[in-house]
Amino acid sequence: MNILVCIKQIPDMGGRFSSNTACTWLDETGLVFRMNDCDEYAVEEALRIKEHLGGTLDVTVLSIGAARVVETIRKALAMGCDRGVHVDDPKAPERDPWQIASMIAGYAKGRSYDLVFTGMQSEDRGSAQVGVLVAERLAYSCVTGITGFEWRDGAVTAERELECGRRGLVRLTLPALLTCQQGLNTPRYPTLPNIMKSKKKEIIVLHPDQLGVEAPLTSVGGFRHHERKTSGLFLDGDAEALAGQVVALLDANTAVLRKGGSR
Amino acid sequence: MKILLAGECREGRLAEDVFELFGFAASLDAEVSLVIVGSPDDLPAFEGRIYFADVRDYGEYSPEVHTRLVMRAVDQERPDAVVFLHSSYGWDLAPRVASAMNVAQVSGVAGIDGEGYTVDCCNGKMRRTVRPMTSSVVLTLQPGAFSARTPQGVPEVFRIDADPDSTVEFLGSRPPEAGVDLSRASVIVSAGRGVGKKENVDLVQNLAAALGGEIGASRPVVDAGWLERSRQIGTSGQSVSPELYVACGISGAIQHLAGMKEAGFILAVNTDRDAPIGDVADLFVVADLVQFLPALTAKIEARLR
Ligand SMILES: Cc1cc2nc3c(=O)[nH]c(=O)nc-3n(C[C@H](O)[C@H](O)[C@H](O)COP(=O)(O)OP(=O)(O)OC[C@H]3O[C@@H](n4cnc5c(N)ncnc54)[C@H](O)[C@@H]3O)c2cc1C
Ligand SMILES: Nc1ncnc2c1ncn2[C@@H]1O[C@H](COP(=O)(O)O)[C@@H](O)[C@H]1O
Repeated sequence: MNILVCIKQIPDMGGRFSSNTACTWLDETGLVFRMNDCDEYAVEEALRIKEHLGGTLDVTVLSIGAARVVETIRKALAMGCDRGVHVDDPKAPERDPWQIASMIAGYAKGRSYDLVFTGMQSEDRGSAQVGVLVAERLAYSCVTGITGFEWRDGAVTAERELECGRRGLVRLTLPALLTCQQGLNTPRYPTLPNIMKSKKKEIIVLHPDQLGVEAPLTSVGGFRHHERKTSGLFLDGDAEALAGQVVALLDANTAVLRKGGSR
Repeated sequence: MKILLAGECREGRLAEDVFELFGFAASLDAEVSLVIVGSPDDLPAFEGRIYFADVRDYGEYSPEVHTRLVMRAVDQERPDAVVFLHSSYGWDLAPRVASAMNVAQVSGVAGIDGEGYTVDCCNGKMRRTVRPMTSSVVLTLQPGAFSARTPQGVPEVFRIDADPDSTVEFLGSRPPEAGVDLSRASVIVSAGRGVGKKENVDLVQNLAAALGGEIGASRPVVDAGWLERSRQIGTSGQSVSPELYVACGISGAIQHLAGMKEAGFILAVNTDRDAPIGDVADLFVVADLVQFLPALTAKIEARLR
């Protein structure tokens, strides 16, 4: 029984962003990187299955990117994954989902994973494509945006998030690829002993051409700040003074204070 | 240019946002057709061809079968673009159709930019232009980016069918958890991940109480169990349009904005002045909510006393 989890390292979204000179991606100077949110849920779900089924179940975590992504692979190993695969590819942020999927599928093919977990979408480029494209290439059954998963007596069921709070329930056959949505579980924090143990875990390094990276299907340009549409007013300063200004502005622009609150 | 719109159906009814697909089509001056697994008595009116399969035969969610059905229409139409909503249905199906067609996909299209498409990235803080390099393309549209349009006319309906064999079986859906109805609140004060910890939710609650309003939340706050799920605002939660909406420590992801941008007056409290909530905020207070919210609450209590 083997599970593959695909994780992407992304810049923390709170950073101050600017574009690189080619306008294809961020200028990475000074940015802090972390694991894509949805991918933490993917790692956690794989680990829960491992704990639940025990035995010889083996969890591999794979990430494509520059040397910096090793840190994120280490985090997944410290959470409990058995081994890491680093596809050393500094061009990764400029590659399109098709290319990323070609590499992941190139790795997974012939390794007969029963389950592959990915995130539903990445926060930096949010295409929600990579997981499904990998499944198509491997001819795995695939369900996206799962918020629940159960593997019992050989049957797999998953819950999908639909619009307006509705949830759909599906049954699927293995091998399968599932893309994980926020809220699937509560990802664990690595404990100190597990961090120590993880340092001895193996990280295999591979290169894009070893995995049969394909040509892109899209080109990207004009990477830029999102011009704000708002005509809104920006205020900063000392909290007390701000509070006074805000009350005056609420008074001038809304009726909520005139009515003595909305009660 | 020929485009094929991929409609969708939720609980047996035509999804309302399908009209955003028509809005997109109108901005392109293209020849339009539609493929849908839907209800025979609930098809959109427009001048064009509909490739139709009955949802009672094929189910609301059956991705492998729906891919085959969409491909039937693709084979007939040979469109330059197949256009989905970026919805739970659309983002699931689009890459499968793109794979079957062996063409590029562009997700979350927010605008048309020459030969390419404008797409948001980095949680709405940045944008880029993506150009497909294949002869045709599969698109998903960012929710709300194209205004809905209700065309007129009588479509020509063609029935399509496909092999129903599938490795994925839809067992049914359950409704949202019952809870508070925020749709009638005139003031909503919402907590986002920026509150940092559960205890700080009280700061948001106190402001809501001072204003006589309800507390709402962004998704991570609900996922963390700090507030009940029924208080989530956005595409997978409730849509609200109060007189005043206060977003505390909420970045303004598109899925959150979709649920609150119709509010009368939007006050954002955020430490990051580049946060995309600035897109819709009437007033943006650049401040740490831990200091600012108690100060504001005190001033409002004094004002209403
Ligand atoms: C299919 C799908 C459906 C979704 N549906 C929904 C939905 O219905 N509703 C929803 O909300 N989200 C939804 N999301 C999630 C959405 O994409 C975002 O991840 C989420 O809205 C982010 O929540 P947030 O703004 O609270 O957190 P973050 O994006 O992490 O933002 C936190 C903000 O707090 C600010 N901050 C930090 N510290 C402070 C401080 N001390 N004082 C003031 N500000 C501070 C930061 O600058 C930042 O802007 C959905 C996502 C997907 C993929
Ligand atoms: N560079 C990468 N390395 C490993 N996994 C990735 C990479 N890019 C995307 N993925 C996986 O694919 C998912 C969807 O990404 P995307 O299609 O870019 O939105 C992510 O949540 C990851 O699980």
